[in-house]
Amino acid sequence: MGSISLEHVKKSFGEVQIIPDITLDIKDGEFVVFVGPSGCGKSTLLRLIAGLEDTSGGTILLDGEDMTKAPPARRGLAMVFQSYALYPHMSVRDNIAFPLKMAKAPKEVIDQKVEYAARTLNLGSYLDRRPRALSGGQRQRVAIGRAIVREPKAFLFDEPLSNLDAALRVNMRLEITELHQQLKTTMIYVTHDQVEAMTMADRIVVLNAGNVEQFGSPLELYKKPANRFVAGFIGSPKMNFVDGQEAAKHNAHSIGVRPEHFALNRTATPGVWKGKVTVAELLGSDTFLHVQVEGLGLMTIRADGDETYTHGDDVYLTPDATRIYRFDAAGKAI
Amino acid sequence: MATAQTRTLARTMMAPAVIVLLLWMAVPLAMTIWFSFQNYSLINPLMTGFAGWANYEYVIGDPSFTQSLINTLILVGGVLLITVIGGIFLALLLDQPLWGQGLLRIVVISPFFVMPPVAALIWKNGFMHPGYGMLGHLWKFFGLQPVDWFNQYPLFSVVVIVAWQWLPFATLIFLTALQSLSEEQREAAEMDGANAINRFWYIIMPHMARSVTIVILIQTIFLLGIFAEIRVTTGGGPGYASTNIAFLVFRTGILSNDIGAGSAGGVVAVIIANIVAIFLMRAVGKNLDA
Amino acid sequence: MARNVSTPTKVGFTIAAWAVALLLFAPILWTLLTAFKTESEAIASSPTFLPQNFTLENFAAVQERSDYFKHAFNSIVVSVGSTLLGLIIGVPAAWAMAFAPTKRTKDILMWMLSTKMMPAVGVLIPIYLIFRDLRLLDTVHGLTIIMTLINLPIIIWMLYTYFKEIPVDILEAARMDGAELWNEIVHVLVPMAVPGIASTLLLNVILAWNEAFWTITLTSGRAGTLTAFISSFSSPQGLFLAKLSAASLLAIAPILLLGWFSQKQLVRGLTFGAVK
Ligand SMILES: Nc1ncnc2c1ncn2[C@@H]1O[C@H](COP(=O)(O)OP(=O)(O)OP(=O)(O)O)[C@@H](O)[C@H]1O
Ligand SMILES: [Mg+2]
Repeated sequence: MGSISLEHVKKSFGEVQIIPDITLDIKDGEFVVFVGPSGCGKSTLLRLIAGLEDTSGGTILLDGEDMTKAPPARRGLAMVFQSYALYPHMSVRDNIAFPLKMAKAPKEVIDQKVEYAARTLNLGSYLDRRPRALSGGQRQRVAIGRAIVREPKAFLFDEPLSNLDAALRVNMRLEITELHQQLKTTMIYVTHDQVEAMTMADRIVVLNAGNVEQFGSPLELYKKPANRFVAGFIGSPKMNFVDGQEAAKHNAHSIGVRPEHFALNRTATPGVWKGKVTVAELLGSDTFLHVQVEGLGLMTIRADGDETYTHGDDVYLTPDATRIYRFDAAGKAI
Repeated sequence: MATAQTRTLARTMMAPAVIVLLLWMAVPLAMTIWFSFQNYSLINPLMTGFAGWANYEYVIGDPSFTQSLINTLILVGGVLLITVIGGIFLALLLDQPLWGQGLLRIVVISPFFVMPPVAALIWKNGFMHPGYGMLGHLWKFFGLQPVDWFNQYPLFSVVVIVAWQWLPFATLIFLTALQSLSEEQREAAEMDGANAINRFWYIIMPHMARSVTIVILIQTIFLLGIFAEIRVTTGGGPGYASTNIAFLVFRTGILSNDIGAGSAGGVVAVIIANIVAIFLMRAVGKNLDA
Repeated sequence: MARNVSTPTKVGFTIAAWAVALLLFAPILWTLLTAFKTESEAIASSPTFLPQNFTLENFAAVQERSDYFKHAFNSIVVSVGSTLLGLIIGVPAAWAMAFAPTKRTKDILMWMLSTKMMPAVGVLIPIYLIFRDLRLLDTVHGLTIIMTLINLPIIIWMLYTYFKEIPVDILEAARMDGAELWNEIVHVLVPMAVPGIASTLLLNVILAWNEAFWTITLTSGRAGTLTAFISSFSSPQGLFLAKLSAASLLAIAPILLLGWFSQKQLVRGLTFGAVK
């Protein structure tokens, strides 16, 4: 079992309030991702759950039990750090066995569990190496192995993939997702990479300045962002925003259109936005056009990879009328 | 990091160290201050009672005090001057491409490991002795009259001995700092057309500033308390010519058994050291940001 | 060094550096050579470089007169003992300061270092009297206590700078893995800090070995260390240069060897990690 509930959790460092007030319910077995810009308090929130920091207020319940004041060791959670935090002086085997040794597990149990973790994570041939002699991806797996053997109520990951190169990141992303499907243990995963968030999560928590902006499934966030912040944060490239008169036409303070929701024309069509291409980024599958739109500013457009616009071309943009997001003055979606 | 629990634990873990050091600082110091206002002599048990400022007047009023104070400053300043300047030059030399770097480091550092009384004795007898010391032989070789160093230049001789002990330390620290100056930085400076002297002043010296501060701090800590070198060589003499504050207190308190006056001298020594310490800590505190 | 220099330049620098180095080393070298000379050769008016009549009698005479081995034993006990004691007190304190720092940590460290600046003479008299009353004068354990106290700030400082380099993540990982403080320190922190702890240990053994204020003022016969042993030669009653050199050599040889062996770590250690 591994449900995690935060009730009015607050955190300040001295005078500085990092987390004003968060209430969250994470169900047993769920894969929840915390995303948000750098410095928004994702790691802090995770460390509060782990017990590595004290809360300044509120309660943390694990499986319904109040753990707000419990030390990390007693919470039954496992954490995988961004830096891996492997013990450099121990072999891979001893690294993985360490939590079991701390729990005074008998030798056979330790061997058996280390064996199991090594098999699950393809670490069999590295067991007697030191972490120093492993690649980034292998180290990451050892860190995960060390977490698995404890059979924790939940796994906490703090940006575990950010030190890996792009290709490996995609691999590990899949491996962690598979691991979750296999173990069915609750996982909380912190990242600032919204692609990781969208692809891995059952549900995503979008954090901004210590507040939960929205908590929902990836598609919910994409299709029905609760506010301008979430709309801008989820989706890549970012949503284009327009204020003023153009927005007033839609009875909104501001409107947003995703780059993929435009129709393009080389010739003038009445009632659409006219602009000049400043940069065209050719990705092969897609082409991202950066367009200086008259009176509205710079916009990013996602066009088909076969489009051949280049710098200086005139272009006419028609936003998909059914997919225009409208926001009020406070940024809330209408 | 740190939960309230860790912080409590941390305080507990620090307590023994803080307590012993606090006791070590406070108790004897308080006693020294107390004694310094007492008539207290181990030779003359009849001398008792509150002395007021008499001990201080006696110690500070004595010409030997002023002389010791000046000697202390000359000793610290002289050694710092020699070791810092000499150390920088030596480090620059050792940083050049040459054969036997590793062995050179070992040879150069050696004097640092020599205990003060041995250093003093080696210099006193093997080197500075007018009859059979090396320097005496050297002087004679050039047809000169050998110098009786400890009688003619007692303080200077002590400075030389102490500088000899600390020069290696300064050199190796400067050398370490120099070697951390990246090749790129030097090359960039050369590309910018800086000549050797400009490179020294604008690239090397600023880079070394930190290690110079460190050397001054650490050496001052040890140099203020120079004792064995004086005791073994000149015994503070002739007269008070090579007596520093540390040795003066020892002379008064232990050799003359005048606890009251010795303590007053001790208090004065502490005050002087504190003045120096405040300056140094100010200067170095930021630099030591580890 | 990747700098390109012509061979003659290199030769020049090598000669210059070795000349200066040997000049610095000369007193030690001279002592070494003299220790094996006969007394008459040592003070001959035309000095010899190498001993002409190689002899070990000086060492025997020194042992005879002042019991080198007893003093050396005391030196070992005091320097190693005080260092170990210092580490036992210092490791937890440095752990606290490095991994659970507060606003005051910096001040506490500075204050600790400032106790090093307090001149020993300022507290000599009370310590002397306290020791007299507690019957600690001229005892090895009394001296060990003093030595621990005077070197404790340096031990803590050095450990602190080494510990600071250990990522706190790893200790937190241990905490998550269920390690109590004791296990965190013994199984994770200390093994990771072995090089730092070793150089702290070495440096402090050296400092304690060479400490020459308290060892001279607080001991006389029984607990005398090598500094006291050698100081007894300062008024050479019938003792001449060769024997003095032999005694000097005996006093410094152990630590000189230890120092050579560990000089790299020592330099770094002594700067409290401020110069890398
Ligand atoms: N121990 C601390 N003392 C004071 N402020 C802290 C402390 N730890 C974090 N903060 C502050 O809290 C804020 C949130 O930090 P946190 O590490 O949670 O951000 P994050 O969302 O994980 O960012 P990133 O994506 O860069 O990792 C930051 O402004 C940070 O400076
Ligand atoms: Mg973070």
